Amino acid sequence: MDFKLTKEQEMLRKLFHDFAENEVKPLAATVDEEEMFPAETVKKMAKLGMMGIYFPREYGGAGADYLSYVMAVEELSKVCATTGVILSAHTSLCCNPIFDYGTEEQKQKYLPRLCSGEWLGAFGLTEPGAGTDAQGVQTTAVKNENGDWVLNGSKIFITNAGYANVFIIIAITGVVEKRGRKQKELSAFIVERTDPGFSVGKHEKKMGIRGSSTCELIFEDCVIPGDRMLGRQGKGFNEAMATLDGGRIGIASQALGIAEGAIDETIAYTKERVQFGRRISQQQNTQFQLADMYARTQAAKLLVYSAAMKKQNHEPFSMDAAMAKLVAAETASDVTRRCVQLFGGYGYTRDYPIERMMRDAKITEIYEGTSEVQRMVISGAIGVK
Amino acid sequence: MKIIVCVKQVPDTSGVVAVKEDGTMDRAAMATISNPDDMNALEAALQLKDADKDVKVVVVSMGPPPTESMLRECLAMGADEAYLISAREFGGADTWATSSTLTAAINKIGVDKDDIVMCGRQAIDGDTAQVGPQIAEKLGLPQVTYVTAIDYSNGRLTVRRALEDGYMTIGVQTPCVLTCIKELNEPRYMSVSGIMGCYAKPYTVWDFNALSDDPAITVEQVGLKGSPTQVYKSFSPPVKGKGTMMEGADKAACDQLVSILGEKHII
Repeated sequence: MDFKLTKEQEMLRKLFHDFAENEVKPLAATVDEEEMFPAETVKKMAKLGMMGIYFPREYGGAGADYLSYVMAVEELSKVCATTGVILSAHTSLCCNPIFDYGTEEQKQKYLPRLCSGEWLGAFGLTEPGAGTDAQGVQTTAVKNENGDWVLNGSKIFITNAGYANVFIIIAITGVVEKRGRKQKELSAFIVERTDPGFSVGKHEKKMGIRGSSTCELIFEDCVIPGDRMLGRQGKGFNEAMATLDGGRIGIASQALGIAEGAIDETIAYTKERVQFGRRISQQQNTQFQLADMYARTQAAKLLVYSAAMKKQNHEPFSMDAAMAKLVAAETASDVTRRCVQLFGGYGYTRDYPIERMMRDAKITEIYEGTSEVQRMVISGAIGVK
Repeated sequence: MKIIVCVKQVPDTSGVVAVKEDGTMDRAAMATISNPDDMNALEAALQLKDADKDVKVVVVSMGPPPTESMLRECLAMGADEAYLISAREFGGADTWATSSTLTAAINKIGVDKDDIVMCGRQAIDGDTAQVGPQIAEKLGLPQVTYVTAIDYSNGRLTVRRALEDGYMTIGVQTPCVLTCIKELNEPRYMSVSGIMGCYAKPYTVWDFNALSDDPAITVEQVGLKGSPTQVYKSFSPPVKGKGTMMEGADKAACDQLVSILGEKHII
């Protein structure tokens, strides 16, 4: 496996790194402290073409590749995991399914506006009774006499919800019999923020990624035109699972970035902090801790990039994405916790970014499939049943 | 209208300065950046292009082959075309030899009636601010240095020039040379699509032979041989110790100062 970056990828990494350092890092503490959605930063990202990195130019994308998108999420997350997940949810969970399953009309209508950043995207599967178990979805979509779809129900924990203009929504469109058992037939829909009967509900107050807008979506006889179904009727579950496979690479990149950012901060701190007459970076405990953390993070990086390359090359990548997310997320949580320890008392204060990174890391083990779900995917794929 | 922007890849002086045995800087051993003032010049050119799609922005640089990375970045920011002037003969040039070589390149690209040549005020490695004005003299063009604002409307070019204690607003005829400073603008980032397209844009490397039709380009007149000034020695100044800042001008502060100086047996 060759991970030598192309010249363009090297330049893109530099762009994302410089942008993150100059435009994102200075705001990261405020974004967290004030639970501020960084709308201005998103506008700046849009101007640089970061909201549609790997989509073709004919749909308004920047024409780069999937690995470049992964590096964008990674570089942003090194300094601000909130900004990282905004890009990840928008790209992987909204633009990507429209590109993969949309009709030509749907692609022409939505992708240019999403890729240019004029519109922000989101995805809604989770409900109070449906998280890991997607079959627990209660939201319904029923066709009325005009051929429109009428949606009823609610979604929770939806990333970007407060600011998104387009939502990919999974809803029940019927009941099917599978192997003698009745199952819900799920389908995907494109819902616009201005659709009648649609509203955004409660804003969640979270432990980490506090600037990311996580809200409830409410559908009360929400009427959308008949041509807003995304993909085929009854394929919603498969489409959602495939979308989440891609989303997992995005979140794995976010987790990777958090771990790398925490290590960068900790190396700098331990070279300044003096105890017992010498810098704590000179203590073997610090050296071994950071060596371990760095090695594990690099291992996670290989898994993340490998999954990204497989997706890019249209190879099956479901298990790779699961392994990348499992390892990157658990590495991020472990690394940030150990980094706080190396910072000592200062690390526990909000004067330094490391406690924020520890809080931000935790969610990567939970959303877009918990670590337990990733283990289910992996064990299934290796035939342990 | 064409704008030719002279750019230079310089050592990142925030790091350690590496020096070769002959006293010149070991550029290969140091991280490089695009010279900051030159990026202000490029941004000014790109803004004129934003306002008028017929404006063509050409970047030109003299330097070793790795300079290509900087020129590609300029193309990814929006420049249309790039020229790298690169040959062993050009190495070790001082400002005089550099401006002769760049002037030959600019003449070969061609300067038409409504064209502008833009440079950064100075490069952060040599800090001379001489190359821009020398290019203007050798091209025989009017020049305005230390430019902080540019207005181009109805074919008239008006620029604001920074002086030590104020500003001067000047109307200037094209073609002309402007040297730009930081106050002028905030250079843009590359864009993702700009990066994806930068290797498809026209990129030309000119060696010694490519420019040797110009009477100013002979082995004796370029590079180290053609340089009236020779670097005797380059070195990093010794690092000064960190000072201690004390606040306040009251008696308590004075007492504290006296006590610190006393502890160190200075007084």
